[in-house]
Amino acid sequence: MPDQLLFALEVTANGLMAGVMYSLVALGFVLIFKASGIFNYSQGVLALFAALTLVGIQEGQVPFAHLINAVTGLHVTEFGWKVPALLAILLTALVMVGLAIIIEKLVLKHLVNQEPIILFMATIGMAYFLEGFGDVMWGADIKTLDVGLPQGINETLESVTDKALGYGFFVDNLDIVATVVAVMLVTALTLFSQYSKQGRALRAVADDHQAALSVGISLRFIWVLVWSIAGFVALVAGIMWGSKSGVQFSLSLIALKALPVLMLGGFTSIPGAIVGGLIIGVGEKLFEFFAGPLIGGATENWFAYVLALVFLVFRPQGLFGEKIIERV
Amino acid sequence: MNDMTDGYMTADGRKIGGVVMELKNITLKFGGVTAISDISFDIREGEIRAIIGPNGAGKSSMLNVISGFYIPTEGEVWYRGARRPQMRPYKVAQMGIARTFQNIALFDGMSVLDNIMTGRLTKMKKGLFAQAGWWFTGAAKEEDEHRAKVEKIIDFLEIQNIRKTPVGRLPYGLKKRVELARALAAEPSILLLDEPMAGMNVEEKEDMCRFILDVNDEFGTTTVLIEHDMGVVMDLSDRVVVMDYGRKIGDGPPDEVRNNQDVIDAYLGVAHD
Ligand SMILES: Nc1ncnc2c1ncn2[C@@H]1O[C@H](COP(=O)(O)OP(=O)(O)OP(=O)(O)O)[C@@H](O)[C@H]1O
Ligand SMILES: [Mg+2]
Repeated sequence: MPDQLLFALEVTANGLMAGVMYSLVALGFVLIFKASGIFNYSQGVLALFAALTLVGIQEGQVPFAHLINAVTGLHVTEFGWKVPALLAILLTALVMVGLAIIIEKLVLKHLVNQEPIILFMATIGMAYFLEGFGDVMWGADIKTLDVGLPQGINETLESVTDKALGYGFFVDNLDIVATVVAVMLVTALTLFSQYSKQGRALRAVADDHQAALSVGISLRFIWVLVWSIAGFVALVAGIMWGSKSGVQFSLSLIALKALPVLMLGGFTSIPGAIVGGLIIGVGEKLFEFFAGPLIGGATENWFAYVLALVFLVFRPQGLFGEKIIERV
Repeated sequence: MNDMTDGYMTADGRKIGGVVMELKNITLKFGGVTAISDISFDIREGEIRAIIGPNGAGKSSMLNVISGFYIPTEGEVWYRGARRPQMRPYKVAQMGIARTFQNIALFDGMSVLDNIMTGRLTKMKKGLFAQAGWWFTGAAKEEDEHRAKVEKIIDFLEIQNIRKTPVGRLPYGLKKRVELARALAAEPSILLLDEPMAGMNVEEKEDMCRFILDVNDEFGTTTVLIEHDMGVVMDLSDRVVVMDYGRKIGDGPPDEVRNNQDVIDAYLGVAHD
């Protein structure tokens, strides 16, 4: 095979894995939008907050240390213990559930039956609050996240492809893990929503609130449930992105990567979020590879949006979204 | 409470039991509009109780009060001998009161089967974590049992051939039938039907009438039914509440109500003073 083709293949593989990461973030948006019609602006910050909390718990950081010190004159920073990664992830997941309950109690409950735009505004408020709250709780410094995921180039794959094709593929271990985890997560979510009692209730609420109430579903319970799941998905995304490039404010900007995925895949489709993510991941890597050198590079910042816009023009409901028919 | 002592026998020989639900002096206001004004009546075990009246009389509002969708401004709802505290609609549903809506509220994106399965939600016991175990914890078996019940209802209402169809694609008459199926799936102790025959053709109406009667016959389901069509009401119901402008103007067996002068006036549109 010609080198150029092999190289494009490698780029595609990397694109697919980047795409999985985008899908992961987009998934959080889709879950909440489906169940409550809310476009959750704070999804990215949720991932940041989850990652911050995870690092904090793992490192045995004292939460609100700065605040405590300022008020009491003490000098606490750390408890002096380390928490094993798995336990820390579990605890963080619990924190995310707690957060979901608080969000429902303090915000959503009071905005039942409001216009979607008002709920959207509320999530903007939540995003900025949570960003500041995360800083106050865990400190604003850049942190490294290490939950023991393998890093670096996968050597087995490189040597195998080198022997077979005469060209060694460079694929990051972390990307492979992220792909496997994302596939498992999506499978679990699909099974959950198709077969479990709560999953069925969740789909019911997503479809019609009145009808859902009439068959005995508590909307408030379902909202706590979806925000918990979205928080968990944010945690997974936060772990993957945080392991890759550290935990800092920019982590919350992964939400911007999810937007074109949503435009492409539709706001209400889980398969859409996945396929959309993959298309954008591969598309932007290949475009950068072929066209980047011609037009001066850095196409990855905007290509996804152009692709999504083109899609929007021809299929406004997204790849898998229901066709929008206005009845008159 | 459910003793038969204070019940009655219907003309066709069905035994009607004691009072299951009692509405006491219900008043419901929306700002300046009084949708229901000081209405009281009861519902007995096993009977088909109709609520009739002209447009805007407050029939749907009454059903919404019973099902917890509206909170009455004044008055009390008594259920099985106890005063029911203010309750959210999903709680009312969990207590065994199932309903359909005047303008159909189904899950359009789901299949007929899935829609009816949601009716079983209040009967499902296995929790979130038991379900993760699926085969080990018996959740799979529970699911099968619910499926079997739902299949029986599907057979009963003769909708086998549309089981897998997304509800959004069904014609109006069938949607109404699926909504009835979903309500029945809950094995309700009181079934509330808001104009189940509205907008149907004659044949569909006859089918629906037969289903309502059969359900009542077979399962003894207490049914509260809103209907415009006097003829249908006379055929179906054991006792009728007549509403007009939010007030109750008649209450009794169909024959008696039909000959009530107030009712005749309301239906003939005699000017109100
Ligand atoms: N949610 C609401 N908000 C404000 N007014 C309402 C509401 N629901 C009902 N009403 C008013 O209460 C009155 C009774 O309405 P209701 O729907 O109960 O009548 P109905 O007997 O069911 O009429 P129809 O035969 O047309 O269905 C009407 O004047 C209606 O406008
Ligand atoms: Mg009505």
